[in-house]
Amino acid sequence: MAVTPPPAPPETRVNLNDPQVVAEKIKTTLPDAVESVSAQAIVVQNDKLLEVARYLHDSLGFDYLNNLTSVDWLDRFEVVYHLTAIRRGGTPLTLKVNAARDNPTVPSLVPVYRGADCQEREVYDLMGVRFTGHPNLRRILMWDGFEGYPLRKDYKEPYYEEDHKPFGTRWDQGHHVIAEDRNPWHDNVKYPGNFDALAFKPPRDEIRTIGVEQAVATKLRTDKIILNFGPQHPSTHGVLRLRATLDGETVVAVEPVLGYLHRNHEKIGERNTYLGNMPFTDRLDYFTSMANNLAYAVGVEKLMGIKPPERAEYIRVIMAELTRWLGHAVAVGFLYNELGAFYTPLIYGLEERELILDLFEAASGSRMMCNYVRFGGVARDVPAGFLDKCQYLVDERLPRKTDELESYLVKNELFLARARNVGVLPGDVAINYSAAGPVLRASGVKYDVRRAEPYSIYDRFEFEIPTGTVGDVYDRIVVRFAEMRQSLRILKQALKGIPAGEIMTGKKNYQVRVPKGEVYGRAENPKGELGFYLVSDGSPNPYRYHVRSPSFIHLGALNEMSAGYKIADLIVIQGSIDVVMGEVDR
Amino acid sequence: MAFGLGLLNGLRYTLSRVLKTYAGDFRHLGRRYDAKEFARRQSVRGDGIITVQYPEEKLAVPENFRYIPFLVYEPALDENGKPKIDPATGKQVIGIERCTACGICAKVCPPQCIWIVRATTPEGKPKPKPAEFYIDIDVCMNCGYCAEFCPFDAIKMDHDYELANYERHVSHIYDMPTLLKSTTYYAKIHPLDWEQEEAARKAKEAAKAKK
Ligand code: SF4
Ligand code: SF4
Repeated sequence: MAVTPPPAPPETRVNLNDPQVVAEKIKTTLPDAVESVSAQAIVVQNDKLLEVARYLHDSLGFDYLNNLTSVDWLDRFEVVYHLTAIRRGGTPLTLKVNAARDNPTVPSLVPVYRGADCQEREVYDLMGVRFTGHPNLRRILMWDGFEGYPLRKDYKEPYYEEDHKPFGTRWDQGHHVIAEDRNPWHDNVKYPGNFDALAFKPPRDEIRTIGVEQAVATKLRTDKIILNFGPQHPSTHGVLRLRATLDGETVVAVEPVLGYLHRNHEKIGERNTYLGNMPFTDRLDYFTSMANNLAYAVGVEKLMGIKPPERAEYIRVIMAELTRWLGHAVAVGFLYNELGAFYTPLIYGLEERELILDLFEAASGSRMMCNYVRFGGVARDVPAGFLDKCQYLVDERLPRKTDELESYLVKNELFLARARNVGVLPGDVAINYSAAGPVLRASGVKYDVRRAEPYSIYDRFEFEIPTGTVGDVYDRIVVRFAEMRQSLRILKQALKGIPAGEIMTGKKNYQVRVPKGEVYGRAENPKGELGFYLVSDGSPNPYRYHVRSPSFIHLGALNEMSAGYKIADLIVIQGSIDVVMGEVDR
Repeated sequence: MAFGLGLLNGLRYTLSRVLKTYAGDFRHLGRRYDAKEFARRQSVRGDGIITVQYPEEKLAVPENFRYIPFLVYEPALDENGKPKIDPATGKQVIGIERCTACGICAKVCPPQCIWIVRATTPEGKPKPKPAEFYIDIDVCMNCGYCAEFCPFDAIKMDHDYELANYERHVSHIYDMPTLLKSTTYYAKIHPLDWEQEEAARKAKEAAKAKK
């Protein structure tokens, strides 16, 4: 029997993510909350922000905070929020709020979106905007005694030379100078007035993390202890430090202590030219540089309004999906490390990764720091033999290896015992924490940027979005294996459809013209949604360059995932979200 | 499934991998595997894991491989049209440096590690030639932009990745004599690029001659 779908209710025909539409709705409930509205964004009254957010969350379905950042406009600060309704997808809604230049404050959104926690701390740390009502407003990337706010426009870092590159001293009278000689380290660091390094104590004793349950009552009276993992610990994936409060062997609370790899990537990005940022994006999540390049190019191309030619689009997709496969293979391998299966599964994953890296190297010239995508195309065409090798990998080798890896890893009883019902993150909580990528999907939320807001040519390919059911460590692994298969499926289609032709729109130019405006470009990276928030003032350098890093935001949910489990599980849970510190600390 | 089968399956898989890893060695019992076997095992069709005995053995790098740029010069030619060799150093004698000191590479370089002093005529007019050219290779991020955007094919990416040294503030600031390498070398490491560029150059010259 043919079923005619009921006519769409009139509401769904209007774009519910359109700022104008949303602003009208807000006005009906909260008449004086909207300050102004444009085609790009809604500016909300500072003191009404929390109410507006609640309304958007509860009544209009904007349940997901993609990104939170701020811009220093010299006369004021602007805090920018990007919101999505998970079930609708589409371009995120941009919400803005202004704060005074002196002593800027903005209401915290943590009561509505817990994913705001780490991101607000980051804005506080780097821009100095205070979030009233934030339960734990402390520096997150810089150390506690640090003076100044490194992302403000008036902040000058050590070795500061000029506001923007290219520097005038390089040509045509460029006599080489070593930066440290010109500007010795300590001369350019500001310390608080009466700072004494020896007497310095971080301004806190007790751990304070959101949502900490007090110690579980047991018959024995025990003291809680605080245990520091890392930053030099083989299990913490680089320089991640976890400060865990333990009751016996049970984790009561865990707080990630970040910033050991902080290099002020965003400030460097604002100093660089647009093109100059491309190789820097390689260094975010250094396992997935091809995909990082793509995400950044998606943002800039949106702003420039250009599109790469067909062949370049296909090459980009091929590279991005190969990256996804290898990213997941390595993530799974590292997780088994954490479980005590030392290096054997990891090496099996790395072995396949090497073959893919061979391809990357042949195409781009580098195995990890690919720097391959350009605005409007790719750097160079793939070399002869590339597609054949790729075809063999995609048709024969990688499917076989995916099956082999899965069959002997996922069915292993020891793994099942350690992974099932450990680190559970229910779907609605995952959304609230702004989790993305495999972590979000493992919790049963069918959300993938490639489908929600298709970029490049992903709308042409057939693939499924695998999801888990429970949201535990086991699901996160199973989802990754399923995604590896879907990647191979996309790769097969892409290799079949790749046309001959140009790989660059227009002439390759190092002086990229980017019109005034702002954009939030995002892509589905192996780790989750990688977003770039760019503000252009028409000059050769971005005025604001912000990276929404999935690993960083996932760490904000680590406490939620691990409280109540055993200390040994903490390491496994941390491994299952697959963080890369290059991207966390930026 | 009975408890433990998954575990056993894992052990079986690991064992088969161990055997595969040594299969090649068994085939070449008593001697080291040959170049053909080496290439096979490094390819997508290889199986098992093999140790490359660096530095005695090295993996070949693809032509596009990029590591630290160098400046290209055309060697001076002797009467037979062969590159002239300096008997004292055994190296080719520099004929023309291709670089015109236009400064594009210094502008495009993301970490700003290229320093160029443009040469001047005795009267103080700028000359299209570098007087000094430095690359701080500790700062260079091997992005390849300089080679990509140089309009004169004067700067190219090298394949030599062995840079270790005892100190970094003198030997890692590459100056002109260190940076300059001949077209012969360039043609050797980038044969396809060289062919293409030569063809383009000849076509251009032919078009010019016609006019
Ligand atoms: S771009 Fe080429 S020609 Fe211009 S200064 Fe650099 S190396 Fe010399
Ligand atoms: S490779 Fe990149 S970083 Fe190195 S000198 Fe060239 S442009 Fe600069």
